[in-house]
Amino acid sequence: MLINNKLRTLIAATLLTGAISASARADDDEDHRPFAKNKVWQSECGECHVAYPPGMLPAASWRVLMSGLNKHFGSDASLDKATAREISDFLEKNAGRRRHESTPLLRITETRWFIHEHDEIAERTWKNPRIKSPANCAACHPGAESGNFNEHNIRIPK
Amino acid sequence: MLNKIYVSVLFSSLIATALPAMAQAPEEILADITHEARTGNPAFKGFSASQGEIFFKEKHGGEWACVSCHTDKPATPGKHAKTGKLIQPLAPAANPERFTNPAKVAKWFKRNCNDVLGRVCSAQEKGDVMSYLLTVKN
Repeated sequence: MLINNKLRTLIAATLLTGAISASARADDDEDHRPFAKNKVWQSECGECHVAYPPGMLPAASWRVLMSGLNKHFGSDASLDKATAREISDFLEKNAGRRRHESTPLLRITETRWFIHEHDEIAERTWKNPRIKSPANCAACHPGAESGNFNEHNIRIPK
Repeated sequence: MLNKIYVSVLFSSLIATALPAMAQAPEEILADITHEARTGNPAFKGFSASQGEIFFKEKHGGEWACVSCHTDKPATPGKHAKTGKLIQPLAPAANPERFTNPAKVAKWFKRNCNDVLGRVCSAQEKGDVMSYLLTVKN
Protein backbone atom coordinates (compact mmCIF):
# COMPACT_ATOMS: atom_id res chain seq x y z
CA MET A 1 0.00 0.00 0.00
CA LEU A 2 2.79 2.33 0.98
CA ILE A 3 4.63 1.40 -2.21
CA ASN A 4 1.49 2.02 -4.21
CA ASN A 5 1.12 5.49 -2.72
CA LYS A 6 4.76 6.30 -3.36
CA LEU A 7 4.44 5.06 -6.91
CA ARG A 8 1.32 7.15 -7.44
CA THR A 9 3.09 10.27 -6.14
CA LEU A 10 6.04 9.58 -8.40
CA ILE A 11 3.84 9.12 -11.47
CA ALA A 12 1.91 12.30 -10.65
CA ALA A 13 5.11 14.28 -10.22
CA THR A 14 6.55 12.93 -13.47
CA LEU A 15 3.34 13.74 -15.36
CA LEU A 16 3.27 17.21 -13.88
CA THR A 17 6.86 17.90 -14.99
CA GLY A 18 5.94 16.70 -18.47
CA ALA A 19 2.81 18.85 -18.57
CA ILE A 20 4.76 21.93 -17.52
CA SER A 21 7.38 21.52 -20.21
CA ALA A 22 4.70 20.68 -22.81
CA SER A 23 2.79 23.85 -21.98
CA ALA A 24 5.99 25.92 -22.02
CA ARG A 25 6.62 24.64 -25.52
CA ALA A 26 3.09 25.56 -26.59
CA ASP A 27 3.68 29.11 -25.31
CA ASP A 28 6.89 29.36 -27.30
CA ASP A 29 5.00 28.50 -30.47
CA GLU A 30 2.16 30.91 -29.95
CA ASP A 31 4.02 33.90 -28.58
CA HIS A 32 6.91 34.09 -31.02
CA ARG A 33 6.91 37.84 -31.68
CA PRO A 34 8.70 39.75 -30.28
CA PHE A 35 9.74 37.41 -27.47
CA ALA A 36 10.71 34.31 -29.41
CA LYS A 37 13.17 32.33 -27.30
CA ASN A 38 15.42 29.38 -27.80
CA LYS A 39 17.72 28.01 -25.12
CA VAL A 40 20.68 27.33 -27.41
CA TRP A 41 20.41 30.77 -29.03
CA GLN A 42 20.17 32.42 -25.61
CA SER A 43 23.16 30.62 -24.12
CA GLU A 44 25.48 30.64 -27.16
CA CYS A 45 24.85 34.17 -28.49
CA GLY A 46 24.41 35.50 -24.97
CA GLU A 47 27.89 34.37 -23.92
CA CYS A 48 29.58 37.41 -25.48
CA HIS A 49 26.77 39.94 -25.93
CA VAL A 50 23.05 40.37 -25.51
CA ALA A 51 21.38 37.59 -27.50
CA TYR A 52 19.94 39.95 -30.10
CA PRO A 53 16.29 39.07 -30.85
CA PRO A 54 15.80 37.39 -34.23
CA GLY A 55 13.22 39.99 -35.28
CA MET A 56 15.91 42.68 -35.42
CA LEU A 57 17.33 41.45 -38.75
CA PRO A 58 15.76 39.83 -41.80
CA ALA A 59 16.38 36.15 -42.58
CA ALA A 60 18.86 36.99 -45.36
CA SER A 61 21.05 38.86 -42.86
CA TRP A 62 20.99 36.03 -40.31
CA ARG A 63 21.92 33.57 -43.05
CA VAL A 64 25.03 35.54 -44.03
CA LEU A 65 25.96 36.20 -40.41
CA MET A 66 25.63 32.57 -39.35
CA SER A 67 27.73 31.40 -42.31
CA GLY A 68 30.67 33.56 -41.20
CA LEU A 69 30.88 32.90 -37.46
CA ASN A 70 34.63 32.18 -37.64
CA LYS A 71 35.05 35.88 -38.45
CA HIS A 72 32.27 37.45 -36.42
CA PHE A 73 32.90 41.22 -36.29
CA GLY A 74 36.58 40.61 -35.67
CA SER A 75 36.24 37.61 -33.34
CA ASP A 76 36.11 33.87 -33.83
CA ALA A 77 32.64 32.81 -32.69
CA SER A 78 32.56 29.47 -34.48
CA LEU A 79 30.14 26.77 -33.37
CA ASP A 80 29.81 23.07 -34.07
CA LYS A 81 27.49 22.29 -36.99
CA ALA A 82 24.52 20.99 -35.01
CA THR A 83 24.46 24.02 -32.70
CA ALA A 84 24.85 26.47 -35.59
CA ARG A 85 22.03 24.71 -37.46
CA GLU A 86 19.63 24.98 -34.51
CA ILE A 87 20.40 28.68 -34.00
CA SER A 88 20.14 29.46 -37.72
CA ASP A 89 16.76 27.75 -37.95
CA PHE A 90 15.49 29.68 -34.94
CA LEU A 91 16.79 33.03 -36.22
CA GLU A 92 15.44 32.59 -39.72
CA LYS A 93 12.07 31.30 -38.55
CA ASN A 94 11.58 34.33 -36.31
CA ALA A 95 13.44 36.88 -38.44
CA GLY A 96 12.23 40.41 -39.02
CA ARG A 97 10.16 41.17 -42.06
CA ARG A 98 11.61 44.56 -42.92
CA ARG A 99 13.56 44.35 -46.15
CA HIS A 100 14.65 47.83 -47.09
CA GLU A 101 18.21 47.02 -48.00
CA SER A 102 19.29 45.43 -51.24
CA THR A 103 22.35 43.73 -49.69
CA PRO A 104 21.75 42.14 -46.30
CA LEU A 105 23.00 44.30 -43.42
CA LEU A 106 24.80 42.44 -40.67
CA ARG A 107 24.83 45.14 -38.03
CA ILE A 108 21.50 45.80 -36.35
CA THR A 109 22.74 49.31 -35.57
CA GLU A 110 22.94 50.08 -39.30
CA THR A 111 19.36 49.19 -40.10
CA ARG A 112 16.98 52.05 -40.86
CA TRP A 113 14.72 50.77 -38.11
CA PHE A 114 17.45 51.04 -35.44
CA ILE A 115 18.60 54.46 -36.63
CA HIS A 116 15.03 55.76 -36.63
CA GLU A 117 14.28 54.37 -33.15
CA HIS A 118 17.43 56.03 -31.76
CA ASP A 119 17.39 59.31 -33.71
CA GLU A 120 16.86 61.40 -30.56
CA ILE A 121 19.98 60.03 -28.84
CA ALA A 122 22.78 62.64 -28.79
CA GLU A 123 26.26 61.73 -30.02
CA ARG A 124 27.77 62.38 -26.58
CA THR A 125 25.33 59.90 -25.00
CA TRP A 126 26.68 57.13 -27.23
CA LYS A 127 30.20 58.08 -26.10
CA ASN A 128 29.38 57.64 -22.40
CA PRO A 129 31.84 54.96 -21.19
CA ARG A 130 28.96 53.22 -19.41
CA ILE A 131 27.30 52.74 -22.79
CA LYS A 132 30.45 52.30 -24.88
CA SER A 133 28.73 51.10 -28.04
CA PRO A 134 25.25 51.16 -29.63
CA ALA A 135 25.54 47.37 -29.61
CA ASN A 136 25.43 47.41 -25.80
CA CYS A 137 21.62 47.27 -25.58
CA ALA A 138 21.58 46.42 -21.88
CA ALA A 139 23.27 49.73 -20.96
CA CYS A 140 19.93 51.53 -21.45
CA HIS A 141 17.44 48.68 -21.84
CA PRO A 142 17.67 46.81 -18.52
CA GLY A 143 15.37 44.06 -19.82
CA ALA A 144 17.44 43.44 -22.96
CA GLU A 145 18.78 40.12 -21.70
CA SER A 146 15.23 38.79 -21.53
CA GLY A 147 14.15 40.41 -24.79
CA ASN A 148 12.34 43.37 -23.23
CA PHE A 149 13.04 46.60 -25.13
CA ASN A 150 9.89 48.39 -23.98
CA GLU A 151 10.25 52.16 -24.31
CA HIS A 152 8.90 52.73 -20.79
CA ASN A 153 11.75 50.79 -19.20
CA ILE A 154 14.62 52.74 -20.76
CA ARG A 155 17.23 54.06 -18.31
CA ILE A 156 19.98 56.08 -19.98
CA PRO A 157 23.07 56.17 -17.71
CA LYS A 158 24.25 59.66 -16.76
CA MET B 1 -1.52 15.71 -25.80
CA LEU B 2 -0.76 12.52 -23.83
CA ASN B 3 1.71 11.55 -26.50
CA LYS B 4 3.36 14.93 -26.15
CA ILE B 5 3.61 14.52 -22.39
CA TYR B 6 4.97 11.01 -22.76
CA VAL B 7 7.64 12.14 -25.23
CA SER B 8 8.53 15.07 -23.01
CA VAL B 9 8.85 12.87 -19.90
CA LEU B 10 10.97 10.37 -21.78
CA PHE B 11 13.15 13.14 -23.14
CA SER B 12 13.62 14.77 -19.70
CA SER B 13 14.70 11.42 -18.24
CA LEU B 14 17.15 10.90 -21.09
CA ILE B 15 18.73 14.29 -20.47
CA ALA B 16 18.89 13.60 -16.74
CA THR B 17 20.78 10.36 -17.34
CA ALA B 18 23.07 11.81 -20.00
CA LEU B 19 24.21 14.92 -18.12
CA PRO B 20 26.35 13.51 -15.29
CA ALA B 21 28.30 11.42 -17.80
CA MET B 22 29.33 14.52 -19.74
CA ALA B 23 30.74 16.52 -16.83
CA GLN B 24 34.41 15.96 -16.10
CA ALA B 25 36.90 17.17 -13.56
CA PRO B 26 39.49 19.70 -14.83
CA GLU B 27 42.17 17.06 -14.13
CA GLU B 28 40.46 14.66 -16.56
CA ILE B 29 40.38 17.31 -19.26
CA LEU B 30 44.05 18.06 -18.59
CA ALA B 31 44.75 14.32 -18.90
CA ASP B 32 43.17 14.35 -22.37
CA ILE B 33 45.36 17.31 -23.38
CA THR B 34 48.40 15.46 -21.97
CA HIS B 35 47.52 12.50 -24.19
CA GLU B 36 47.22 14.85 -27.18
CA ALA B 37 50.60 16.41 -26.36
CA ARG B 38 52.33 13.01 -26.03
CA THR B 39 50.85 11.73 -29.26
CA GLY B 40 51.97 14.82 -31.16
CA ASN B 41 55.42 15.10 -29.57
CA PRO B 42 57.42 12.04 -28.41
CA ALA B 43 59.82 14.37 -26.55
CA PHE B 44 56.95 15.84 -24.46
CA LYS B 45 58.18 16.59 -20.94
CA GLY B 46 55.01 17.67 -19.17
CA PHE B 47 53.28 20.99 -18.71
CA SER B 48 54.61 24.09 -17.02
CA ALA B 49 52.34 26.39 -15.01
CA SER B 50 54.96 29.17 -15.14
CA GLN B 51 55.19 28.95 -18.95
CA GLY B 52 51.40 28.98 -18.98
CA GLU B 53 51.34 32.17 -16.94
CA ILE B 54 53.73 33.90 -19.34
CA PHE B 55 51.70 32.70 -22.31
CA PHE B 56 48.47 33.87 -20.66
CA LYS B 57 49.75 37.38 -19.97
CA GLU B 58 51.67 38.06 -23.18
CA LYS B 59 50.41 39.36 -26.49
CA HIS B 60 51.16 37.11 -29.42
CA GLY B 61 51.42 39.55 -32.27
CA GLY B 62 47.77 40.53 -32.29
CA GLU B 63 45.62 43.12 -30.58
CA TRP B 64 44.63 40.93 -27.63
CA ALA B 65 46.15 38.71 -24.96
CA CYS B 66 44.20 36.24 -22.81
CA VAL B 67 44.27 38.88 -20.07
CA SER B 68 42.50 41.41 -22.32
CA CYS B 69 39.23 39.70 -21.38
CA HIS B 70 40.13 37.44 -18.44
CA THR B 71 42.31 40.02 -16.60
CA ASP B 72 45.70 39.17 -15.06
CA LYS B 73 43.85 37.91 -11.97
CA PRO B 74 41.88 34.99 -13.42
CA ALA B 75 40.16 34.33 -10.08
CA THR B 76 38.24 37.58 -10.55
CA PRO B 77 35.54 38.30 -13.16
CA GLY B 78 36.63 39.63 -16.53
CA LYS B 79 35.02 41.65 -19.27
CA HIS B 80 34.74 41.00 -23.00
CA ALA B 81 37.27 43.39 -24.58
CA LYS B 82 34.87 44.39 -27.32
CA THR B 83 31.33 44.11 -25.97
CA GLY B 84 32.03 44.77 -22.29
CA LYS B 85 29.98 41.71 -21.28
CA LEU B 86 30.85 40.24 -17.87
CA ILE B 87 32.95 37.07 -18.00
CA GLN B 88 32.87 34.78 -14.96
CA PRO B 89 36.28 33.94 -13.41
CA LEU B 90 38.37 31.51 -15.42
CA ALA B 91 40.28 29.89 -12.54
CA PRO B 92 38.55 26.73 -11.28
CA ALA B 93 39.34 27.81 -7.68
CA ALA B 94 36.97 30.74 -8.12
CA ASN B 95 34.54 29.15 -10.56
CA PRO B 96 34.07 25.37 -10.21
CA GLU B 97 32.21 25.17 -13.54
CA ARG B 98 35.40 25.96 -15.47
CA PHE B 99 37.09 23.14 -17.38
CA THR B 100 34.37 20.59 -16.60
CA ASN B 101 32.77 20.40 -20.05
CA PRO B 102 35.15 19.10 -22.74
CA ALA B 103 33.07 20.48 -25.63
CA LYS B 104 33.04 23.93 -24.07
CA VAL B 105 36.78 23.81 -23.41
CA ALA B 106 37.47 22.82 -27.03
CA LYS B 107 35.12 25.50 -28.35
CA TRP B 108 36.74 28.31 -26.39
CA PHE B 109 40.36 27.26 -26.95
CA LYS B 110 39.62 27.22 -30.69
CA ARG B 111 37.98 30.66 -30.66
CA ASN B 112 40.34 32.40 -28.28
CA CYS B 113 43.55 31.01 -29.75
CA ASN B 114 42.36 32.24 -33.14
CA ASP B 115 41.61 35.68 -31.72
CA VAL B 116 44.82 36.00 -29.72
CA LEU B 117 47.35 34.12 -31.89
CA GLY B 118 45.66 33.87 -35.28
CA ARG B 119 46.06 30.07 -35.19
CA VAL B 120 45.09 27.03 -33.12
CA CYS B 121 47.07 26.45 -29.92
CA SER B 122 49.31 23.43 -29.55
CA ALA B 123 48.49 20.84 -26.90
CA GLN B 124 51.58 22.07 -25.02
CA GLU B 125 50.25 25.66 -24.95
CA LYS B 126 46.76 24.60 -23.86
CA GLY B 127 48.14 22.33 -21.15
CA ASP B 128 50.53 25.00 -19.87
CA VAL B 129 47.74 27.56 -19.61
CA MET B 130 45.39 25.10 -17.92
CA SER B 131 48.14 24.09 -15.48
CA TYR B 132 48.66 27.75 -14.64
CA LEU B 133 44.95 28.36 -14.14
CA LEU B 134 44.72 25.35 -11.83
CA THR B 135 47.40 26.90 -9.60
CA VAL B 136 45.58 30.25 -9.29
CA LYS B 137 44.10 30.69 -5.83
CA ASN B 138 41.19 32.83 -4.72
